[in-house]
Amino acid sequence: MKLPAPRGAVSAAAIDLLSGRDVAVPAPDSDEDLQLALFICYEMAYRGWDGVDDAYEWDPGLLRLRAGLETRFEAGLHELVGPPAPVEPADVPRLLLETVEADDGPALSKYLRGRATHGQFREFVAHRSVYHLREADPHTWAIPRLSGRPKAALIEIQLDEYGGGVTDRMHQELFKKTMRWFGLDLSYGAYVDSVGAATLRVNNIMSFFGLHRRRRGAILGHLAAYEMTSSLPNRAYASGLRRLGGDADATAFYDEHVEADSVHEQIAAHDLCGSFAAAEPELAGDVLWGARCALAVDNLWAGAVLAAWADGRSSLRDC
Amino acid sequence: MTSTITPYEDGPLIIRGDFELRGPDGELIEPGRATVALCRCGRSAVKPFCDGTHKVAKFKAGTGRDTPAPR
Repeated sequence: MKLPAPRGAVSAAAIDLLSGRDVAVPAPDSDEDLQLALFICYEMAYRGWDGVDDAYEWDPGLLRLRAGLETRFEAGLHELVGPPAPVEPADVPRLLLETVEADDGPALSKYLRGRATHGQFREFVAHRSVYHLREADPHTWAIPRLSGRPKAALIEIQLDEYGGGVTDRMHQELFKKTMRWFGLDLSYGAYVDSVGAATLRVNNIMSFFGLHRRRRGAILGHLAAYEMTSSLPNRAYASGLRRLGGDADATAFYDEHVEADSVHEQIAAHDLCGSFAAAEPELAGDVLWGARCALAVDNLWAGAVLAAWADGRSSLRDC
Repeated sequence: MTSTITPYEDGPLIIRGDFELRGPDGELIEPGRATVALCRCGRSAVKPFCDGTHKVAKFKAGTGRDTPAPR
């Protein structure tokens, strides 16, 4: 994918660094600047940027820049949900359930089901494409960091995310059908320039948890929060899309998630996070923290999208 | 053919392993995935599969037998 346009001093520095220029590392000008700079750094671990040497993934200069950004990113998470707190490992499945039940985020799925216009739903799909075209990838990084029962549970979920090895059934591929129905650009990362800090933060948090082995508890909690809050909203997205005239191809991604995530949520809470907390009790609190962060960061995003629509604006950036 | 059926607390029955889902007349029900969740609360809109509605319905059920085995 093409490198995005900078949004301030530090995202410009990240782009310069990847273009082989010597840079001084400035402080971020804004949250837009911070989130984009971090996104640029992280992408080197996924599919990379057009024209950028893959060797930059492990370049000490890039890693130093990234580490500075991560310190600010983590401070932002602590401001949002507080730091991780120790919990009793055996309580993890129940506490996860209580956490998702207590979540009263903005009612984006309800809006999409009943009220969103074709243009608003199309924007929603463009935002989500940044993640869905690499859906499951950041959580896959946890696999080699686990053993035994939690590892088997994670693989059971991920196998389904990747369509059981059948290309057309991979969730990443299914999402293209929805994008195609809306006439959106199917290429990976096509909308990075169009989405704001809130969307980039949703993606950055998964890379932040997924790329660091020491944050393996948090990435599992993040996955559990996603799986446990997915089946009902996806049903709402599918009905909203059918209301707008979407055919079976258009809704396939959402219909699939209703059934798939009803399976995954049980596995994630009990077999994955429950058994992980039992195996690594000192990280039980991180599992809950990861789940709380996932919900909070997604709620910020949903709130930003709904606020734009309430003002009669587009939720995408002019670019 | 070996398979396991696991009741999850307040949730569906999860079926794993080598199984076939068939209707009363023997017709195959396409599971769509290797591990499936069957509705246990009766409220799913995609029966026989679970769609997560048990949470809205505040469905309660344990993970084992409610009563001792009859024999």
